[in-house]
Amino acid sequence: MAKGSSAKQRKQESEAEAPRPTRTPQKNAAPNLDRLIHERLRLGIISALAVNESLTFSDLKSLMNTTDGNLSVHARKLEEAGYISCSKYFDGRLPKTEYKLTTSGKQALENYLSHMESLIKQMRKT
Amino acid sequence: MDPLRAISPAPDQPPALHERAMDNLRYIRETMERATAFTGISGWGEVAIGVTALIAAVLAANQTTFKAWLAVWIAEGLISLLIAGWSMDRKARAASMPLVSGPGRKAVFSLSPPIIAGGLLTLVLVRAGLTNLIPGMWLVLYGTGVITGGMFSVPVVPVMGSCFMVLGAIALFAPPALANWFMAAGFGGLHLIFGVIIARKHGG
Repeated sequence: MAKGSSAKQRKQESEAEAPRPTRTPQKNAAPNLDRLIHERLRLGIISALAVNESLTFSDLKSLMNTTDGNLSVHARKLEEAGYISCSKYFDGRLPKTEYKLTTSGKQALENYLSHMESLIKQMRKT
Repeated sequence: MDPLRAISPAPDQPPALHERAMDNLRYIRETMERATAFTGISGWGEVAIGVTALIAAVLAANQTTFKAWLAVWIAEGLISLLIAGWSMDRKARAASMPLVSGPGRKAVFSLSPPIIAGGLLTLVLVRAGLTNLIPGMWLVLYGTGVITGGMFSVPVVPVMGSCFMVLGAIALFAPPALANWFMAAGFGGLHLIFGVIIARKHGG
């Protein structure tokens, strides 16, 4: 069965709207910024995991100086994106949650770093 | 009377963007440095050093001449350096990020001056025939190095350094016959105890 009935080929692109009058003179300053990492706490989690093979939930909590709820929300976002992996185990009777940075998480941090660097370089030129 | 003026918004975007990028990079670096304190000093590496030091203490106790005793402990010192270097290297590899060189370098820089001073004083004391003072002097100087190097790490590290200093101070005034016991208690015992604490509490 041929499915592509051609009628709705044309996507409704909102591009037609007038582009917002951004004043920024530089060409592509911050278009593809990884929002997932950009948030402070998430950036902190990724950075801390980048220099440790693994960290437990409580390690991260005291490092980031944040609350259980806040940390678990942001950690879950990163986990859903595949940037960190999470495993649970028991240390005696204590349940522990351990986080690790995945390869794509590491890649994401590297991209973010080079993004920031290029932003700075661009500014130095002008 | 001056009319109230609205606070004008930041005039143009570029400096703000630039500053935010710098700020982000700074934040990443600081977080990494703080996070490496968790494992900055390898607890299991210290346990290994403690074990080799206990073996060295047994070997050293069986030597008949002072020179042989000294040689055993100097060899142990070199082995410890290798173990420490290897465990740091492992940690750096696990991190594999260029930004992390800070804490490790600081630790090395603050630990090496007292070790060099210790080497120099060993030479001088041997020549002066004051060999009884060597074990206490080693313990005290090692303690100072651990305290200053540990300033950038978890608080338990400077505590360990203080223990070394106290032990060394006692050794300096104790009968020389006990010297080897002080060496065993310090480089063996303290490393074992604090190594286990660090490994348990600070992730490896």
